[in-house]
Amino acid sequence: MTITMPSVSLMPYLPEIILLVTALLVLLVDTVWGDKRWLVWLAFLGTLVSGVAVWWLAQGPTLQLQDMLTADAYALFIDMVVLIVAAISLLLAYDWLIEHNEQQGEYVALLLFATVGMMTMGAAINVVTIFVALEILSLSLYILTGFARERLTSGEAALKYFLLGAFASAFFLYGAALLYGSSGHLDLIGIGQNLGTGGLMAGAGVALLLVGFSFKVALAPFHMWTPDVYQGAPTSVSAFMSVGAKAAGFAAFLRFFQVALAGSYAQWGPALAALAVLTMTWGNLAALRQESLKRLLAYSSIAHAGYALVGLAAGNSLGSSGLLFYLLAYAFMNLGAFGVAIMLEKPGSGDVMMSSLRGTSRQHPLLAATMAVFMFSLAGVPPLAGFFGKLYVFGAAVEANMAWLAIVGVINSALSAYYYLRVTVLMYMRDEEAGEEEVAVSKPPVLVFALVVALFFVVIVGLWPSVWMQMAQQAALIFG
Amino acid sequence: MLNYAWLILVFPVLGLLLNLAFGRRLSDRTIGWIASSAVFLSFLVAVGLFFTLLGMPVEGRQHELMLWQWIHVDLFRADVKILVDPLSVTMGLIVTGVGFLIHVYSIGYMEGDKRVQRFFVFMNFFIFMMLTLVFANNFVLLYVGWEGVGLSSYLLIGFWFEKPIAAEAGKKAFLVNRVGDFGMALAIMWIFKLSGRLSFLDIAANTQAIAPAATGIALLLLLAVTGKSAQIPLYIWLPDAMEGPTPVSALIHAATMVTAGVYLVARTFAIFLLSPVAMTWVATIGVVTAFFAATMALAQVDLKRILAYSTISQIGYMVLGVGVGAFSAGIFHLMTHAFFKALLFLAAGSVMHALHGELDIRKMGGLREKMPQTFWTFLIGAAALAGFPLFSGFFSKDEILWHAWQHAHWMWALGLLTAFMTAYYSFRAVIVPFLGKPRDKYLFSHAHEAPPVMTIPLWLLAMGALLGGFLGLPHASLFGKWLEPVFASAHVGEGAASGNLELIFMGISSLVVLAGIGLAYYAYMVDTEFPNRFRKSLGFIDGLVQHKWYVDELYMAVIVHPLWELAGWFAKFFDPKVIDGTVNGLAWVTDEVGGGVRKLQTGLVGWYVFSLFVGAVLLLGYFMLVW
Amino acid sequence: MIPLSWYLIVAALLFVIGFYGALSRRNAIAILMSIELMLNAVNINFLAFWRYLTPEDMAGQVFAIIAITVAAAEAAVGLALVIAIYRSRDTVSVDEVDLLKG
Repeated sequence: MTITMPSVSLMPYLPEIILLVTALLVLLVDTVWGDKRWLVWLAFLGTLVSGVAVWWLAQGPTLQLQDMLTADAYALFIDMVVLIVAAISLLLAYDWLIEHNEQQGEYVALLLFATVGMMTMGAAINVVTIFVALEILSLSLYILTGFARERLTSGEAALKYFLLGAFASAFFLYGAALLYGSSGHLDLIGIGQNLGTGGLMAGAGVALLLVGFSFKVALAPFHMWTPDVYQGAPTSVSAFMSVGAKAAGFAAFLRFFQVALAGSYAQWGPALAALAVLTMTWGNLAALRQESLKRLLAYSSIAHAGYALVGLAAGNSLGSSGLLFYLLAYAFMNLGAFGVAIMLEKPGSGDVMMSSLRGTSRQHPLLAATMAVFMFSLAGVPPLAGFFGKLYVFGAAVEANMAWLAIVGVINSALSAYYYLRVTVLMYMRDEEAGEEEVAVSKPPVLVFALVVALFFVVIVGLWPSVWMQMAQQAALIFG
Repeated sequence: MLNYAWLILVFPVLGLLLNLAFGRRLSDRTIGWIASSAVFLSFLVAVGLFFTLLGMPVEGRQHELMLWQWIHVDLFRADVKILVDPLSVTMGLIVTGVGFLIHVYSIGYMEGDKRVQRFFVFMNFFIFMMLTLVFANNFVLLYVGWEGVGLSSYLLIGFWFEKPIAAEAGKKAFLVNRVGDFGMALAIMWIFKLSGRLSFLDIAANTQAIAPAATGIALLLLLAVTGKSAQIPLYIWLPDAMEGPTPVSALIHAATMVTAGVYLVARTFAIFLLSPVAMTWVATIGVVTAFFAATMALAQVDLKRILAYSTISQIGYMVLGVGVGAFSAGIFHLMTHAFFKALLFLAAGSVMHALHGELDIRKMGGLREKMPQTFWTFLIGAAALAGFPLFSGFFSKDEILWHAWQHAHWMWALGLLTAFMTAYYSFRAVIVPFLGKPRDKYLFSHAHEAPPVMTIPLWLLAMGALLGGFLGLPHASLFGKWLEPVFASAHVGEGAASGNLELIFMGISSLVVLAGIGLAYYAYMVDTEFPNRFRKSLGFIDGLVQHKWYVDELYMAVIVHPLWELAGWFAKFFDPKVIDGTVNGLAWVTDEVGGGVRKLQTGLVGWYVFSLFVGAVLLLGYFMLVW
Repeated sequence: MIPLSWYLIVAALLFVIGFYGALSRRNAIAILMSIELMLNAVNINFLAFWRYLTPEDMAGQVFAIIAITVAAAEAAVGLALVIAIYRSRDTVSVDEVDLLKG
């Protein structure tokens, strides 16, 4: 009996495959090698090589793996964002991993697996692959969240994340089944051609899929897990998932709505706009009075999901490219903010209280200035990266005749300036009370390097936004 | 020369960077001089630009200089591009000239402070941002400057953050200004949506595109103006901003930043002219603000707060001026005001310096003999503020009132009444602290004249306050001619035909001013019981004025408290004692209200699952209905 | 032949039962089991749709198999997390796991 192999080329999946191989290598080296520090560098190298593969794919014609995966400009843009996030996250975790001298191999490998999941989310053009990618990503993140085993909160965060995540993926799956039933297809283009409007089943399917996406990118009221998980998880993991999982979630979210549901914007546009309003308002109001920096950043990330969703709700090409740009800008500034949190963290506590920020600027002026830049960027102060992200998505809303949505967005960012500024104020405006001990800060070189990279890009993206925006526009062209 | 205009922006940045990098190794004095020289060099550039423009034909006095291709997305093009024209150069001269003198003064004033380096870095940053605002050729860059000056204002108001009240004031300024900025952002988006353009010259040349929405856009811009320039209804932050160091009050909260709103209207006059309704609003807000702020200035006993309310009132005049279409008159008053108000603040700072921070005028008195230079310069400033004939404020205020008369008589009348009150309170601020007998022996015995590094800037500003008005003599206004090309398309009747009438009006306002001064003299030198009797006769109005018409309280009740209650409802809260007192000074309300409210983020998985369920049901319902 | 709608109704009932369990149970293991019920309900859907609507195309069947695989992986991770919680806190009741809130 001869076995015929299906003639598929795995070329479009090359960047992901490189990372997968790297992850397996990491696990292998972990068992035989004594010096664990090299694991992170090996993984870092893997992300670089994968990045080269992305660049190489971008040069040639668009490749596609049947109706499952694609390596179009959109997928490659998401690959780029996710790889940058992964590389910086590895550096952020480096010193924490060395101090907790166990299971670095697993941490690094899981982070790479999660990255593969995120990249696949961007590349998926079929509900099946979206689901598999979502699960690869989520399962890795559940475990990473619980990685700080010495802290009760870490395990608690992992359990909550897991239970809610599994619950949400059941919704996602049900939605996929209903869409399959009403269109007879699972690939996005097929769904787009056959779904049409009318029919309870199709509507219910879209709603349930939307629940799944909303959970992943943390839209209110599906965001409840976010603050608990970001606060409990090891800070380097919070940094990674706050930007990576969000970028990946939005990547599939946007592609699904723009490809499979392009014809029914009139139906889903208002719903997404309402979700955006609810999300940004809820996130910002809850962030106003947080006493934990990580929790504050978690609520802020919810608010940012709301801003980004404005681009999707606008439903036009500026909205799509604006959303992509937003994901990139948000990646740099939020990684930076969490990176500073890692530095300020008291060993073993896994968190930073707002009150302990007092007087940081006197003892560590550069660190405080760096944090201030990230906070201003998050608040959307020009000319930093965050400002342009908001400018584009709100501009898209205006273009789509949803000026009211842009207005709500602008009001919200005015509101958010308050708590971002509060962080800066605490660092700058208050000297520590007499007799209080030094602000304990660890400044290991790798972490400092990661922060410098993030800072560099927050400024560069703000000064030359056009370069990045052109890339995003290129990527969004696939929606025609 | 024009192609080197960018240098004006570079010098403050250089000064800032030098002080940032080497400040720790330099003495406080050196830091101060570095910062001052940076501003002085910018001033030289501005002077150079001025003479270059003067040497050019009138129609050609307009030059755009591309520094940087910044944002290019589809049609959305905003560049770092500066616009050199008479208006921007005038503003540049004021900002750098007055700014330089205030920097020098600060060297003396800030001596001995713990954070001199930080102070001058912030000041240079402010100058940089203000120049960016003034020289921007498009809305986006102007917005950058607009936010930048707001940020430096916030940082400098809260400069002495050990005082909780200062930190609170900084926060208030920032938050109130966000309301205005919001209007600005919306206006920019709207303009772009309609016309696809962002540069001022392009917009002015293509006004028909935005004509349908001109009123809305102009009103949004007006909202921005009321925030930045402290007009009704957003003026409430400015009096509190006086908690900052006095040079900051002089530079940012009197001479330059707060007048940015007037500049904005003048710069975008093409938009405002499209909508007579919006213009009427501008003028009305201006004159009403001028009047109300003057009444509030009457009742203040804190020297700097008197000046703060008078600043609001004077900016009201400027806004009135641009609102009735007399753009160059508005800018002219902006300039003279920059001189005399900076002078008054610096002189007040000198008093404060001498009296160990005391600002209550009821404790002063007779300071003239101890601080003669401060007295004479303050007197010149007050005379200019009051509009005493031939002082600078006289000409500029009169020009505005004259145009107001042509626009609506009631505005003129209210403006004139305001002029009367202005004369009264400005001379009250001269007479009570400087003349008469010392009221607090201890303070008086320790008072001393300020060092030359402070008094010399005072005298230079006094020269400006004394002579600046002659640039804008009626019928021979050099100033008006100079700005003419900018506002050429405005075609506002200059009222040339009725020259005699204008002279009669000058006479009327001179009399009114003299009456105000005379009343102040009578009330505080001759019959000192008169003010009390007068207040008693006013009854409840006096109470209103004393409490600044209860506006702060109204805002608290209507806006601040509900917002906090909402915030408390959303986030679970901690014991208010734990919450940082400075930042959350208003937190006390929330626990009382929120006690019975369900705390949403409970930490319980069951509840989270339930919220997910609710969300899913809502989405299901919606999609099954609409699909 | 049994009509398609019967399968769909059974699947929906199973999903709702699982849903109710996830909402009402406090034991983490029981919640996990309820979620498994929900996933299997979806599998019934997939298979029924495949059989009745597109029997020539394998997509629905393949999705069901993938869903089963994923559910297994999910159960493995989930049980490991529950055990970790049990070891550190001596409880598997989600009501007692509430350090993080606000």
